[in-house]
Amino acid sequence: MRAPMSWVREYVDLPAEVSVEDVAARLTALGLKLEALERPGHDMSGPLVVGRVLTMEPEPQKNGKTINWCSVDVGAANGTGEPQGIVCGAHNFEPGDLVVVVLPGGVLPGPFEISARKTYGHTSAGMICSALELGLGDDALSSKGGIIVLPKDAGEPGDDAFDLLHLRDEVIEFEINPDRAYALSMRGVAREIALAYDVAFRDPALRKVPAGNDDGYPVRVAATDACPVFVTRTVTGFDPTAPSPAWLARRVQLAGMRSISLAVDVTNYVMLELGNPIHGYDADKLAGPIVVRRAEAGEHITTLDGQDRALDPADLLITDDSGPIGLAGVMGGESTELSPTTTTVVVEAAHFTPVGIFRTARRHKLPTEGARRWERGVDPTLPAAAADRVAELLVRYGGGQVAAGVTQLGQAPAQVPIDLPLDLPARVSGLVIDAATVEADLRAVGCEVQVVGDRLTAVPPPWRPDLTDPYDLVEEVVRQVGYDEVPSVLPPAPSGRGLTREQRLRRRVGRTLAGEGLVEVVSFPFVGDATFDRLGLPADDVLRHAVRLANPLSSEEPFYTTTLLPGLLEAAARNLGRGAPGVALFETGTVAFPRDVAAPILGVDRRPTDAELQALFDAVPDQPLFLGAVLAGERDRSGWWGKGRGASWEDAVGVVRRLAVELSVDVRIEAAQRAPWHPGRCARFFVGDDEFGHAGELHPRVCAAFDLPARSAAVEIDLDFLMRRAPDVVRAPRLSHFPVAKEDVALVVAADLASEVVAATLREGAGELCESVRLFDVYTGEQAGEGRKSLAFALRFRASDRTLTETETGEAKAAAVALAAQRHGAEQRA
Amino acid sequence: MSGPNTEYDPVQVTPLGEAEVARMREDALTAIAQATDLAALKQARADHTGDRSPLALANREIGALPPQARQETGQRVGQARGAVSQALAQRQQVLEAEHEERSLVADTVDVTLPWDRQAPGARHPITTTSERLMDVFVAMGWEIAEGPVVEAEWLNFDALNLGADHPARTMQDTFWTEPAENAVVLRTHTSPVQARTMLTRTPPIYVVCPGRVFRTDPFDATHSPMFHQIEGLVVDEGISMAHLRGSLDHMLAALFGEGIRTRFRPSYFPFTEPSAEMDMVCFVCRGEEPAVETCRTCRGEGWIELGGCGVVNPRVLTACGIDSERYSGFAFGFGIDRMAMFRHDAADLRDMFEGDVRFSSAFGSEV
Ligand SMILES: [Zn+2]
Repeated sequence: MRAPMSWVREYVDLPAEVSVEDVAARLTALGLKLEALERPGHDMSGPLVVGRVLTMEPEPQKNGKTINWCSVDVGAANGTGEPQGIVCGAHNFEPGDLVVVVLPGGVLPGPFEISARKTYGHTSAGMICSALELGLGDDALSSKGGIIVLPKDAGEPGDDAFDLLHLRDEVIEFEINPDRAYALSMRGVAREIALAYDVAFRDPALRKVPAGNDDGYPVRVAATDACPVFVTRTVTGFDPTAPSPAWLARRVQLAGMRSISLAVDVTNYVMLELGNPIHGYDADKLAGPIVVRRAEAGEHITTLDGQDRALDPADLLITDDSGPIGLAGVMGGESTELSPTTTTVVVEAAHFTPVGIFRTARRHKLPTEGARRWERGVDPTLPAAAADRVAELLVRYGGGQVAAGVTQLGQAPAQVPIDLPLDLPARVSGLVIDAATVEADLRAVGCEVQVVGDRLTAVPPPWRPDLTDPYDLVEEVVRQVGYDEVPSVLPPAPSGRGLTREQRLRRRVGRTLAGEGLVEVVSFPFVGDATFDRLGLPADDVLRHAVRLANPLSSEEPFYTTTLLPGLLEAAARNLGRGAPGVALFETGTVAFPRDVAAPILGVDRRPTDAELQALFDAVPDQPLFLGAVLAGERDRSGWWGKGRGASWEDAVGVVRRLAVELSVDVRIEAAQRAPWHPGRCARFFVGDDEFGHAGELHPRVCAAFDLPARSAAVEIDLDFLMRRAPDVVRAPRLSHFPVAKEDVALVVAADLASEVVAATLREGAGELCESVRLFDVYTGEQAGEGRKSLAFALRFRASDRTLTETETGEAKAAAVALAAQRHGAEQRA
Repeated sequence: MSGPNTEYDPVQVTPLGEAEVARMREDALTAIAQATDLAALKQARADHTGDRSPLALANREIGALPPQARQETGQRVGQARGAVSQALAQRQQVLEAEHEERSLVADTVDVTLPWDRQAPGARHPITTTSERLMDVFVAMGWEIAEGPVVEAEWLNFDALNLGADHPARTMQDTFWTEPAENAVVLRTHTSPVQARTMLTRTPPIYVVCPGRVFRTDPFDATHSPMFHQIEGLVVDEGISMAHLRGSLDHMLAALFGEGIRTRFRPSYFPFTEPSAEMDMVCFVCRGEEPAVETCRTCRGEGWIELGGCGVVNPRVLTACGIDSERYSGFAFGFGIDRMAMFRHDAADLRDMFEGDVRFSSAFGSEV
């Protein structure tokens, strides 16, 4: 909302010395937030005066242009009274016209300093100005790009042009919250200034208006619920060529709208002034009575913007015998639009209720100035005054007369009283606020107040439809007492239980991975089919069943992701592309798996039942916390210590192994085949029989698709699952102080047998005395034989109560080897 | 090996005069003294104390001497052998010390050699800032509540007094999911966690809810479709705006130092009434002249916009099954990313979400 100070000052006795900064600051403190302060015209300086063109001689130039060598009477403004010689390139004027002249020494926006200068063989002592050059914008006011030709009676040569053109003003732009819709008008802003400075306010809506009669334009309102008030006035004999007066066009423009024509400017002006959106119809284009009703199935309308729109049965329409002629409150129709030939204007000033307008504006994506006001709530007592004001201005500047007929349908609904305990403002704010202050402050915002005992009843003013609850009144009081006066008091300390176990474990996981040299990233969760294709996921892969967004930022990425890998792989490629020799990244984040169940929209007048709540919670997509990691390029750099090493599958598997140790979870690893991993280099992880993720080298095609080096590796696990399996309290180990006995054993097994399986068999076969089994060498050369490999294990034995004899360890080892032989056909190598 | 020598070779037996023993002793001591390293000393030890050394041979002969000569000669040889043994030990110690010193010198390395074999890891500043904030509130006895990012429309809007036709719904440019009738959105704030908390717990409630939220903003230096919020919610008996301000002032003092306080301005949020925008005193210039004039952090304002807050709207309490006559509450919320940005003087929001390790690595693992 842009409020020119010259405008709002008309309605409030604000002392002249109060600065615009002070106004902005006080209104911000009251709840109208300062967005920007502008001082149009303050970047210009005079002399800028009215001039009368005495002579103009066209002089064709070599470059094909014709310039005019003019002499212009600028009165005494040039100090001599002699005509001023000025070269002008425009042609939209003639001798005798009043124009605007900037004399040498003046400064135009730019800044552009004017001086007498030689041009086209003359000394041009100043400039005849166009609207654009004066910062007046590029609309009707600018005389279509030519210079400004003033009305004959605008003034005398030498008169100062700043005031004449209303060039200088101060404009405060406010951010208006939805509860302060009344401030979307000069009337409302002025009212707040009056409140801020405790000065008198003159309501521009207070005017004597004629009562309704039967001679107005015929109107029938079929949807009185959505349109409780409808007023029309008619202006006949209107001159459609009459221009908007400069002050009016300028105000409309400073308020942020375009100046279009007198009739349109006036409707906009009154909307800005009072806050009631107005619509004007060309009476000659109306066919029969105006009917306000809801749309019927299949109806269409072509709105002012030329768009053909299919209507929804919930849309509220203004219609005539020809069909829809306006989307009520949102945008008028093209067929009855005010035009340069309109001589009879039917002025509509109605009242529409917020809900329907909000839906229609949203449905048709038409956030117009009108819709913005209606959906937030407009003073329902305004229509008669607004229509009268429009008629007055149309006739004053466009001639003709206001017809005697006045259509006045419906009455503004009564305001609902609100009951307020007098101590509530103090209780809610923590401020000391006495009953008298509460009462006075509510009166100050326009409420009718009645105090009974320790309660009061307030009837809000019609321009405050936002005031419905006691707490709304509390805010009105507290903002006047001053929000910043609220004291600072710590609430009583509750006895919290600290972080939850899961919150603690998550921190631990992050620190562990950072300690392992991985850097955490945070990526956007948006993916598309192309992303899944790049991961090489088969068409029926479960990860492709994702939550789809109705309005994604990019149509290429309409899904909320089911995997963290795309973001990680892209970030890895970005790092390598920016010159990193290697990169190791991790991310923890929730992914979403749709449940394809509708979430109910429940009531809000009570707590939902437990069953309703459960249905609600169950409809929300499943969103486990995943952990992803990617390792690409150099893992260990080469240096003076020796050769480096590229990231590979074992780094990825190692991430999960490390976490399993950190969280004290027994994790089992198996070979797996799963996109996007390399089919021969992918591990999957289990706790018990439950799988919770994969790690390994990425498929070469995936590396290529994401611009990653060959052998890049990745991890993705369900971290929620792993954390749930972590023991809450770790049981302390019992340490044996007897000596350890060590035995090595080399077994030849099938090359495709997982070493982990052999190790598990050895552990099982060796029995309780076996403290650990560790693989320390793998050999796949000739001596192992075709399709075989040799695995060398170090076994450690220890008892808790004695020193083991050679016989005991020998037997345990033999039992381990025997079980491996029986189960896997393992042969012991000498 | 010792013992009376009964099988000596009479030919080798020579007289063991005093001078003879003294010479052997001198020869031995000279050799020991002249040994310059441990190998030479080992040789000297072999030459002068070994089985075939003159003194050893002499010692063996003693048994063959007539009894009257035995004692005297024995004493003389014994003394000589003692002196040699002592000299050996002393020399051994000296040479060992010299050897150790030399080898330590030889072991010397360039301790400034780089060790960048593996780049260090780091956690994301949003994670660590968020944890820092949580810790402040946990220290005050509050708890951390969390909830899903893809959320039911009712919890994100309706339960928070943001009905379907509330104009404020358009203030929060929402990502909607398909099909529309499922009524599921990407949460536009962490407030649905507040609703969930109130729906599933009973007062007193003191929680903060950190997490990811989404708005349909394009990604640039100051906007992002995804960002992180932390919201606080307190519902208890006798709670007022003063408690809200006290909690925020305490948080700011913990994070930015004593004296960093809030400023409240009236605002509007459907879920709070009265509602306020909160600013904090600029922690760089503290709003003081002349530093404030050139302060980049607050752009000369002296204040930094933090977020929104207010008294929980009784309608919200009612929808969540809390007796609004008995209990009142306050809520606040602000952007974690934004706070991390201004606290660490970060220049571009995109750095938070592009995953460039140079950015996160600068922060290490805690902030
Ligand atoms: Zn500052």
